[in-house]
Amino acid sequence: MRPVKYNIHPKEAKLADSLIVSEMPDGYTGEGFFATKLSDVVGLARKNSIWPMPFATSCCGIEFMATMASHYDLARFGSERVGFSPRQCDLLMVMGTIAKKMGPVLRQVYIQMAEPRWVMAVGACASTGGIFDTYSVLQGIDQIIPVDVYVPGCAPRPEAILDGVMRIQDIVQNESIRRRNTDHYKALLNSYGIE
Amino acid sequence: MMALNNEIVKQKLVEKFGEQLTNWEEPYNFLTFVAPKDLNLKVLQFLYDDETLKFRFLTDLCAVHYPDRKGEEVAVVYHLHNLENNIRVRFKVYTDAEKTEVYTATALYEAANWMERETYDFFGVNFIGHPNLKRILNVDEMDYFPLRKQYPLEDQTRVDKDDEMFGRGGSIL
Repeated sequence: MRPVKYNIHPKEAKLADSLIVSEMPDGYTGEGFFATKLSDVVGLARKNSIWPMPFATSCCGIEFMATMASHYDLARFGSERVGFSPRQCDLLMVMGTIAKKMGPVLRQVYIQMAEPRWVMAVGACASTGGIFDTYSVLQGIDQIIPVDVYVPGCAPRPEAILDGVMRIQDIVQNESIRRRNTDHYKALLNSYGIE
Repeated sequence: MMALNNEIVKQKLVEKFGEQLTNWEEPYNFLTFVAPKDLNLKVLQFLYDDETLKFRFLTDLCAVHYPDRKGEEVAVVYHLHNLENNIRVRFKVYTDAEKTEVYTATALYEAANWMERETYDFFGVNFIGHPNLKRILNVDEMDYFPLRKQYPLEDQTRVDKDDEMFGRGGSIL
């Protein structure tokens, strides 16, 4: 018989421990007002309302389904609205092996997304081709589209995917809200042949 | 009527084609033989039309590359099935890898259309008379036939993978 060792003295959870309140941006407070930069507010708002577009082709997609579901609950990060139209989404999550023949499809999905847009490569296959070191598999999606965050693992656990989402949130909050107009960003897209 | 079996099939084929069919084998009770490549359609037609044989279902059509068999490197394999008697037969034709010309079976079996495209895609077998012989699974831009054994499996353009991790070279060997 396997003794049941866990959960026999359950700890009362403190509500305060499980709540995370966003850090207030720097600014001036006075009686009845708070003044700060618009870009900080926009960054805060964007960060907590990312719409992910899952592009799931294999086992990492299953891990994403767990991430999305109640136990790991992606909705805690403001990303409960998973969209299946690239035109409405902010974050392209590529999860799984991308065959070379799938490459142009993925690229098309990326091009259809409106700015600002971010890309996350989830798992070894999307990041590097993984174990599929072969003629038919794209060796990392960064060969055809720019990637913001790579999540390692084969497949990554939901915690790792959540960590990736939080890294994306950091980028979304801290980078220039007009990233799309910077020369650096334009040059990056041009290097991929995307306007 | 006596049920159809491998002996009857073999006997029928030998009656019709004589010494031209060679390498008779029955691994796992699966009748197998080799035919000259110019005869492939005649053998298929006979197996299809004959009132006793009635091999009217093309289970599979594929190829195997034998780099060591000079002059007949590529084998095209036909798997046929008689659905009435549940008997299968398999035969191969060998062709030169440099000049792979085999007559298409699309006129006889509709199923051969995509199977021959796949065989062309991976082994470069040129099926003469095929209505639409182009790549079916790989990207159109591919300029080689990947399942021929002269090509390494891995993508040779990679520079960022550690060969040691993939069991090919490095200090481990």
